[in-house]
Amino acid sequence: MIWLDTLAQGILLGGLYALFAAGLSLVFGIMRLVNLAHGDLIVLGAYVILVMVSVTGLNPFLAATLALPVMFGFGMLLQTHLFNRVLGEDILPPLLVTFGLSVVLQNVLLETFSADSQKLSMGPVEAVGVPLGPVTLGLVPLATLGCAVAVIAALNLLFYRTKLGRAFRATSDDATTVQLMGIYPARIFSVATGIALMVATLAALYLGARANFDPTIGPARLLYAFEAVIIGGLGSLWGTLAGGLVIGVAQATGAAIRPEWQILAGHAAFVAVLLFRPRGLFPRAND
Amino acid sequence: MDRKTQLTILTAAFAFVLLAAVPVIGSRALVQDLFGVLTLLVLALNWNMLAGFSGLVSVGQQAFVGIGAYVMFACVILLGLDPLAGVLVGGLAAMALAVPMAAFAFRLNGAYFAIGTWVAADIVRLVTSQWQALGGGTGTSLPKGTTREMIFVQPVKDLLGGSSAAAADAVTYWVALALAVAMLGISYGFLRSRRGLALQAVRDNVEAARSVGIDPLRLKATVFLLTAFGTGLAGGLIFIQITRVTPEAAFSVIDWTAFVIFVTVIGGIGTLPGPILGVAVFYALERLLADYGTAYLILLGLIGMGVMLFARRGLWGWIADRTGFDPLPLSHRPPAPPSFTDLSDPVTQRS
Repeated sequence: MIWLDTLAQGILLGGLYALFAAGLSLVFGIMRLVNLAHGDLIVLGAYVILVMVSVTGLNPFLAATLALPVMFGFGMLLQTHLFNRVLGEDILPPLLVTFGLSVVLQNVLLETFSADSQKLSMGPVEAVGVPLGPVTLGLVPLATLGCAVAVIAALNLLFYRTKLGRAFRATSDDATTVQLMGIYPARIFSVATGIALMVATLAALYLGARANFDPTIGPARLLYAFEAVIIGGLGSLWGTLAGGLVIGVAQATGAAIRPEWQILAGHAAFVAVLLFRPRGLFPRAND
Repeated sequence: MDRKTQLTILTAAFAFVLLAAVPVIGSRALVQDLFGVLTLLVLALNWNMLAGFSGLVSVGQQAFVGIGAYVMFACVILLGLDPLAGVLVGGLAAMALAVPMAAFAFRLNGAYFAIGTWVAADIVRLVTSQWQALGGGTGTSLPKGTTREMIFVQPVKDLLGGSSAAAADAVTYWVALALAVAMLGISYGFLRSRRGLALQAVRDNVEAARSVGIDPLRLKATVFLLTAFGTGLAGGLIFIQITRVTPEAAFSVIDWTAFVIFVTVIGGIGTLPGPILGVAVFYALERLLADYGTAYLILLGLIGMGVMLFARRGLWGWIADRTGFDPLPLSHRPPAPPSFTDLSDPVTQRS
């Protein structure tokens, strides 16, 4: 039954990776921006929750609801004053600006919070296990997967059932023509990045609940998120969830064989998918 | 040759002689500092060829630095080779690594190429930390006395006096200087050649370049392999001076890619003098802010972002726009327009 347990742990871990990836997938889908600072923005979210917890004394779950609007505002500011200025045909400026942001964020967090590991303490919930047939699963990891599915479903609803979602899709298809319909692309992009950072905050909540974090772990999260997006296929949100699960299961399997193979196994799965299905499992966007 | 060109050649020659004389007239600390600056320049010139001239924004250059360093260590420890021979083997190993890496990363379009190279570098780091003969995850050191017995060290010691360690520093310094000058010369020659022109055409407009018979993929792959060689050489050389290698240090994305990117962007990406100006700014900032730890990295990142927002061609682009001065011109004079007689007389045109 060990393999079944490994599989279950992998799927739950995959839920966390899907949460990391959802924001990245959203922003890429709408404005073709590859945000190299996404991992560090997740870590920033974790520190914002940490500050909220220590200021208000609330449980991290409630503190996260306070962090959500803060991160939404920060996302809008970032997009309005930074990313919108560099979007365009040339891929170099957005890449270099987001890479610079990544390094700056990391080191500002290091200066402010030191390199010590932190954790979001959830209280007694952390130790609760849910027996599910032959395996027992932790409540927090289960909630992570549940949250990932809910976030992806909510984003899909937003995309295909709301006015804002229609504006997102139209701007993604043709940012020039939508201006004739009274849509202002720069503002749409700002809202999108705000939403992406709210998703990043949820990812940060479960990241901090499941494991320790410190200011330097952002880039590794970016790589997992990126792998999930590519495996799933660009532009497909459900694909991103599937991609997260693939990485999670591969990492759990690698770790079960030899602990130091965990990350390597995830990367190997990514390379394998890219070799056999260059456009991912569920490709949608044509680029 | 006009006055400006003469002046440029004179200045460059003077700077080269001055730099070459540093181990003779300068302190050992200065030699070590400038060694760092020169190796950074080599890395920046290579990355500039990729990102600035070929549109290949790689965030995985640490893979080549790391493999250059590790293979150099393997040559010394496992095969008993001279460290400088190890550097050469390290460069070749980096070029060999670039083949599968290109096969993988070139499948990813545009911006995703950046993260693809980053993942590839992470894979190389993780695999290298399984290399038990070289210390696995904890790394290893060069055997004691390796650098003292390095080729050229004894004659340099006899020439300069002083300790063997200082002579070893001088030798690695001169190799770094030679590498930097060679890189600059090769970059210039390459970019002025037909292939270089093709490369810049591809960067500016892929479809137009294809229509005149250029194969962009082949051209980009060539540049990727050649810059991997240069980066690998620099990696091996850097770690002769450090004398200790760990997977974290050899494959550090901050040290071997982030700094390199900032230096190039600040100096002027896509220009040849850019990286030179960039390392000068880097060195000055490093001196000024040595006591403030990470503040220096934050400032460098902020300047880099500012340059991308407000002056995309960096410090050098700013200077060149204002003065019209370009000592290393890459532009070609456009072909002369057909004259009136050519147009009116089809016979002469045909002949």
